[in-house]
Amino acid sequence: MPDLEDRIKESQRMGIQITKESEDDRLMTLSVGPQHPGSGHFRFVVKLDGDYIVHCDPDPGYVHRGEEKMCEYRNFIQNIPHLERPVIHDSTNITYSYSLAVEELTGIQVPRRGQFIRAIASELNRQIYTLYWLAIYGIFLGHSTMFMWPTGDRELFIDLMEALTGARVTHAFNIPGGVRNDIPNGFKDRCLRQISYYEKRLKEYEDIFYNNPLVRQRTEGVGILTKEDAIGLGVTGSVLRASGVPYDIRKAEPYDIYNEIDFKVQYMQTGDSFARAYVPFLDMRESCHIVRQLLDKMPESGEVRAKLQANPRGPPGEAYRRVESGRGALGYYIISDGSPKPYRVKISVGSFRNMLALPHLLVGAKMGDMPVIYWALNYWPVEADR
Amino acid sequence: MATLPEEFRFGNFLASIIWIVLIIVVILTLVVLPLIFVVLFYLPLPPVNGEVLTPYLFLSMIVDPSRTLPIIKFYIHQTPFRVIVFPGFVFAAIVAAATIFVERKFLAKMQLRVGPLYAGVWGVGEGILQLAADGLKVISKEIVVPSGADRPIFWATPVAYVATAAAVVSLIPTAPGWVASNTSVGLIAVFAILGFFPLIALLFSWASNSKYPFIGGLRALHQMIAFEIPFILSALSVVILAGSLNLTQIAQTQHAFWFIIFLPVSAFVFFISSLAELERVPFDLPEAESEIVAGWLTETSGMIYGLIQLGSYLKVYALAALFVILFLGGWHGPQIFPPQLGPTNAPTIEKMVTLQGFYNGETVNAVFWFLVKTVIVIMLMLLPRGISPRIRIDILLHTGWYKLIVLAFVNMFVALALIYAGVLGPGGSISIH
Repeated sequence: MPDLEDRIKESQRMGIQITKESEDDRLMTLSVGPQHPGSGHFRFVVKLDGDYIVHCDPDPGYVHRGEEKMCEYRNFIQNIPHLERPVIHDSTNITYSYSLAVEELTGIQVPRRGQFIRAIASELNRQIYTLYWLAIYGIFLGHSTMFMWPTGDRELFIDLMEALTGARVTHAFNIPGGVRNDIPNGFKDRCLRQISYYEKRLKEYEDIFYNNPLVRQRTEGVGILTKEDAIGLGVTGSVLRASGVPYDIRKAEPYDIYNEIDFKVQYMQTGDSFARAYVPFLDMRESCHIVRQLLDKMPESGEVRAKLQANPRGPPGEAYRRVESGRGALGYYIISDGSPKPYRVKISVGSFRNMLALPHLLVGAKMGDMPVIYWALNYWPVEADR
Repeated sequence: MATLPEEFRFGNFLASIIWIVLIIVVILTLVVLPLIFVVLFYLPLPPVNGEVLTPYLFLSMIVDPSRTLPIIKFYIHQTPFRVIVFPGFVFAAIVAAATIFVERKFLAKMQLRVGPLYAGVWGVGEGILQLAADGLKVISKEIVVPSGADRPIFWATPVAYVATAAAVVSLIPTAPGWVASNTSVGLIAVFAILGFFPLIALLFSWASNSKYPFIGGLRALHQMIAFEIPFILSALSVVILAGSLNLTQIAQTQHAFWFIIFLPVSAFVFFISSLAELERVPFDLPEAESEIVAGWLTETSGMIYGLIQLGSYLKVYALAALFVILFLGGWHGPQIFPPQLGPTNAPTIEKMVTLQGFYNGETVNAVFWFLVKTVIVIMLMLLPRGISPRIRIDILLHTGWYKLIVLAFVNMFVALALIYAGVLGPGGSISIH
């Protein structure tokens, strides 16, 4: 919590006079969440001076599940289903980096076809996550059509993932050594049809939402995060890329077969809420190209899963691997003591790091900008609490 | 057979229906009929065909249609009928319920919503079950009064809200002569009554004793005051052209030309301001759920919420109708209904069936065109909900205080210029009087 001098300075920047005596009478403390339609499982306490936010105090932790501790009591394979709980709508990506780290610890080699299927599942799941996120961003702006359309189109991707993995939302598809099963017959055609339909829909999204003058009016120039601040605060993913840093884990530290895929890192220079809302959209569009390439280059047949020993274990050591999830870098740091169970697992999630930018952006903003700034940060409270 | 109870017998089912019918018949004869007699004893009845009616004679006439119609006609032209049934509260409430239904269907079509589009029983009525379910839910839910709330005000304001909306409705004419209250200052009265709404919102939000409703109430107050002035100014240019404040006369002056031809900017300003007045998207800031939960409605529950929703949809009807009267020529339109049904010398029973002496072609035509135009305006008011996000409070106030007031003035000067140039007005080259 910044002290009074800072707040007085902050208010002078906004052109409001606050004295020490009047300060407490003027401010209204508002607890936004956890039972607030605009917060999620999360609370931030804001202090309002009229319509301006002068102080913001994020308070996560309402859905802390102790995922890291739970990992220590299960073996490497048993950990998969519960690890996808924090982000069930991005469940392939959150188990992806775990599988990579375990593979590094145990020295398992993933077959080439398995790597492709992993990447396809990861890209499709990123679409599912981003559509969900976009739907909520739409309703946060009061745009109910933008709430319904992505929710409906997300259903098609869920059907696709159901055909691929057998489950609709929590797939438990990535496992150390590859993926759980091979792709079904006719999946490639179905996927290509879906992608080409979806690209048409993305144009419609752009027309009704991103090119809407009222949406632009509300998001452009709101909550500007400069390049230096973005790097200093350690934000990641679309938030970082919106501030003009073309950093994508798929490009920076390519994992599996991503170094064979040709794609551009999508980024914008402005760093405002509009850029943060638009970069995931550009990512979705780029992701369609990636899926096309993956389906094209995938070997026609072969193993999808390496043979594992009954209780996979490796020599004592440590591994840190990360992937680009829907919310940015998602890393696992695993220490093994040579037993089938990890000694310590640390999950580094993008949500928590993006949340740290929230007080920085909200102070000085208007109250109406609160949901616009908050949800553009690509923050998923459950993942941040783990 | 999971849907039927285990002891289901069709005979029992029939018996229960017969029991219900029997009970209704008994209550009808023992309670309702005596009550009707008591009421009729004190109610003055009209003289029909020269004879003064007694309650007993009145009851005997129910079976004779040729003598019943004059009585119904007599009652229809009384003030209570106009206030309660048509064009007053019941009519407006039916339009409001239809608006809710149409809004949901309309949005469902636009947004791929499944429930309102398909949940239904009849071929045309898909979505009607959603409406019924929502209505039942609102009626049956418990009303929770927050602790520390100002109870009398908390209970009174929803009723006041509906009553105020109904008061606006009572000033709206739907056909020549068909208005509950025909005052010479109708337009001013409408604005005077509309001025109560921010007060009610603020009172309710204060009585809720909660922070989010209070912010919502303040927002409602800011918004309605900011848009009140362009609202009144845009209507003022109509008054300049029509030369009257009486809504019936304003509509009558447009028999040749609709005022939207001369005053398009005013019509635009009036439409935008009425959206803000109604707290509809994109001006639904007082109820912005992602910022302030549900705004000044946060602490409402059950029928309190239902009443406020009813009031706000009555307001939608009232303002759409006002737009039609001020700019779209009121009830004027081509005569498509025949002046009377059936031949004049038809036998009594046919006269009865064709509602002769009761049916008025001009009135029916006026009501038809008025409703058609009102429905179109209501649809236009619903449209932004599908395509537009909510705007921010400072942009809203800026729009209200700077842009719309200037625009409203622009067209007022156009109206004055038309009058003084002798184009319109008394003795003008285009006569609209």
